[in-house]
Amino acid sequence: MLISNLEILPNQTIVKHLGLVQGSSVRAKHIGRDIMAGLKNLFGGELKGYTELLQESREEAMQRLQLQAEALGANAIINVRFSTSSIAQGAAEIYVYGTAVIIE
Amino acid sequence: MIYQLIFVLILLILAYFIGTHLEKKHYKSIIEREKKLNALPAIAIKTPPTDGNFQQQLVLGSVTISVDYFKRFLASLHNFFGGRVTSYETLLDRARREALLRMKEAAMEKKATLILNVKYETASIYKGRNSTIGSVEVLAYGTAMIPYE
Repeated sequence: MLISNLEILPNQTIVKHLGLVQGSSVRAKHIGRDIMAGLKNLFGGELKGYTELLQESREEAMQRLQLQAEALGANAIINVRFSTSSIAQGAAEIYVYGTAVIIE
Repeated sequence: MIYQLIFVLILLILAYFIGTHLEKKHYKSIIEREKKLNALPAIAIKTPPTDGNFQQQLVLGSVTISVDYFKRFLASLHNFFGGRVTSYETLLDRARREALLRMKEAAMEKKATLILNVKYETASIYKGRNSTIGSVEVLAYGTAMIPYE
């Protein structure tokens, strides 16, 4: 499946728009990572555990986005946007949305 | 009471030296990699080039960086007096540049020659005491244009 954050696809024509599709994932960090992050917070620097955690949940959100698009019969998703929000102290929500289309 | 004060002071001094060292190291690596990846343009334009045959793919780069204890202390002072909070400025600058570099590295691996419609997404994911920002996550994403072979 073609996923892009452009609105126009070069050399390809959009046959049909199928509307908005979305995928989201809420994840919390486990306590071990939290303790390590607390230590890292003291001296600054990259929090690798968090980077990985957010990457994983972003992948999951994108999978859900693709599933939804496939269910609609689309073969491409264009104009994809990401959004992150921390909804609670220990959890973050990753949200992906885009337009499902059929291309030739 | 006095022991507590000494403990905090030691922590502040430690955090200052280690934090400054880590930041300098990070900036050095950022500048080095930026020079190397300068050949791959990442732009915020939406319209794809009309000439050439491209395949496109979404590329992402993300990083989570936190400030050190000393800088957070400084920032809380700044909160009182107002003015520029340099410690957070460098934090965000580092995070954005690092995220862009990671995105470019991911695009490089796919042999892309151009990245279009680059967007940033910032979130503060860890809030410390008094809801001061402890660390930020920055995501950079765009569409990599990969020429057909």
